[in-house]
Amino acid sequence: MPGSPSLTTSPPIPAGLSRDQLLEIYRFLRLTRTLEERLTALYKQSKVIGGLFRSLGQEGESVASAYALERGRNRDFLSPLIRNLGSLLVMGGRPVQILRQYMAKDQSPTRGRELNVHFGDLEMGFLGQISHLGDMVPVMAGITLTFKMRREPRVGLVYIGDGATSTGTFHEGLNFAAVQRCPLVVIGEYNGYAYSTTPDRQFAVKNLADKAKGYGIPAVTVDGNDVLAVYEATKYAVDRARMGKGVHFVEVKTFRRKGHAEHDDQHYVPKEELERWAADDPIDRYRRRLIDSGWAEEPDLADIDGDVREEIDQATDACVAEPLPPPESALPGVYAHPAAAERLWFRSLDG
Amino acid sequence: MAEITFLEGLRQGLREEMERDDRVFILGEDVGAYGGAFKVTEGFQKQFGEARVIDTPISEAAIVGAAAGAAHLGMRPVAEMQFIDFISCAYDMLTNYVATARYRAGLPTPIVVRGPCGGYVRGGPFHSQNPEAAFLHTPGLKIVYPSTVRDAKGLIKAAIRDDDPVLYLEHKWLYRRIKEQIPEGEEILTPIGSARLAREGRDLSVITYGATVWKSLEAAETLEREGVSVEVLDLRTLLPLDDEAILRTVKKTNKVLIVHEDTRTGGLAGEITARINEQAFEWLDGPIMRVTAHDVPLPYAPTLEDFVLPQTDDIVTAARWLASY
Repeated sequence: MPGSPSLTTSPPIPAGLSRDQLLEIYRFLRLTRTLEERLTALYKQSKVIGGLFRSLGQEGESVASAYALERGRNRDFLSPLIRNLGSLLVMGGRPVQILRQYMAKDQSPTRGRELNVHFGDLEMGFLGQISHLGDMVPVMAGITLTFKMRREPRVGLVYIGDGATSTGTFHEGLNFAAVQRCPLVVIGEYNGYAYSTTPDRQFAVKNLADKAKGYGIPAVTVDGNDVLAVYEATKYAVDRARMGKGVHFVEVKTFRRKGHAEHDDQHYVPKEELERWAADDPIDRYRRRLIDSGWAEEPDLADIDGDVREEIDQATDACVAEPLPPPESALPGVYAHPAAAERLWFRSLDG
Repeated sequence: MAEITFLEGLRQGLREEMERDDRVFILGEDVGAYGGAFKVTEGFQKQFGEARVIDTPISEAAIVGAAAGAAHLGMRPVAEMQFIDFISCAYDMLTNYVATARYRAGLPTPIVVRGPCGGYVRGGPFHSQNPEAAFLHTPGLKIVYPSTVRDAKGLIKAAIRDDDPVLYLEHKWLYRRIKEQIPEGEEILTPIGSARLAREGRDLSVITYGATVWKSLEAAETLEREGVSVEVLDLRTLLPLDDEAILRTVKKTNKVLIVHEDTRTGGLAGEITARINEQAFEWLDGPIMRVTAHDVPLPYAPTLEDFVLPQTDDIVTAARWLASY
């Protein structure tokens, strides 16, 4: 067909995705990385108050898995971990919220009470983790049990890192959800390091998927840096869960290319390993695939890159000078009733 | 008007709330087909169905975690610990996840975690515990501990309707030992955070809760015959404490004996003592004293258990000593 060679030679887009969706996925990938790069800069300027946790190299699986859910108010639901910023953005979390969280601003979703991606929005369908790894698995079992009890056609998705599959709550929650046939998809992130500990020091099985099988849960292992493979595997699991077929487990093999947090220099990671995985960057790989397959052209993607930079600039400008929460705001909200904790007597003494 | 047991009061309260509100559901080990280890939920699964009375795996952390998730979405779960001793397996979930949820992330988490607690029943170290002190130290939780049939019913209903997570501790020694006339059809709701004056007196206040309310009342009878007038305050709610009621009785009798079945060190009595010290020091005519369990795990043999736990005679002796101080 003259005039549109790229259309005639392009392979069909897999997994039922449209070209617009492919570009939207690319946008979320770029948004995640650009936002984290901005956070790194703010961290170096001491504007990020606490630690900074990067998902470099894992953006692909985070974005692609979340993208397999139905999004919008009161639709599907997920619980992101510290390295699932991408999934949070897919579900409707906004960069300005993340920036405010990291900088402990009064206007942050938790009003300065919690850090980084530890926040949620029940309507938009995401629930931030607590630091005790594994705990979100039972909680998401309860969320999806509720979907089932109410006969709502909704699905939940929870992430678990390789290290966290050693926790008791992971096993209790997974088993509970399996027995109850909850509409839950578990993404097992095999990223090579739990802080500094390698998988062979965490468990004696080869794949995380082997663990799921012990609970009667169908499990699959996919290349976590192949965005479309992760999407396709997750979509299959999500569709099955929605049909009432219970819990599904998708293991994504990927790699954590930064330290546990910014302070960690990763001296325990062999250099060659880092180089090998850097050469397999999920965003570069996805970008190449879009272009090589003729699904997008260089200028389309460059436009998105520019738009994302602009968006992050605006979000940063909007909040970087905002105040921290006023000290007294620490007291309300422990309970619904009483409304606030008591201010202690010594704070009312005259100097 | 029927006379019912403590256990039946609790059961009625649970059933009424499940009938009133279809968001209420029960989950726990053997609560469904078997009706619970102590038969608290007997007949519930038949009445309300398997979806609302869920037999779970032996996974206390998952039970509490799943309850929390459901509560975030507007459900009103009641989680049973088969024995409250096993609540320690869910300690992380309760203290780190549930208790902080509203404060850190604005998440409503109206769950009730209930279960049989307490000794005097030859249950040994793992079927006799009183876990309140472990949770008293956790902002975000509420703890109730009824001692009467009326409050067994009134507090479970209030706990289920409360918008915060509530631990409901039910003393198994009271289950079938205590009976009371409860009018049918009366809506009983015991306010959380409010103590109950179990007996009026002039010379000395016993501040207590749970099974030792009854032992303290028994002791008060004995002392009455000796001419010592003992007031007994039943706390009913341990978190938040009813400071007003505590201070009222302190200012009335000016002497305080705190009695609890839990071990001494780090127990509730220490906290109550500190509050009285801070707010009513000048009203005291004697030291605040404690009658508690000895600081050992609770042993099984009757001779040992009876020695370790506070008995009515201990309360009589201690109160007599304090009255004459």
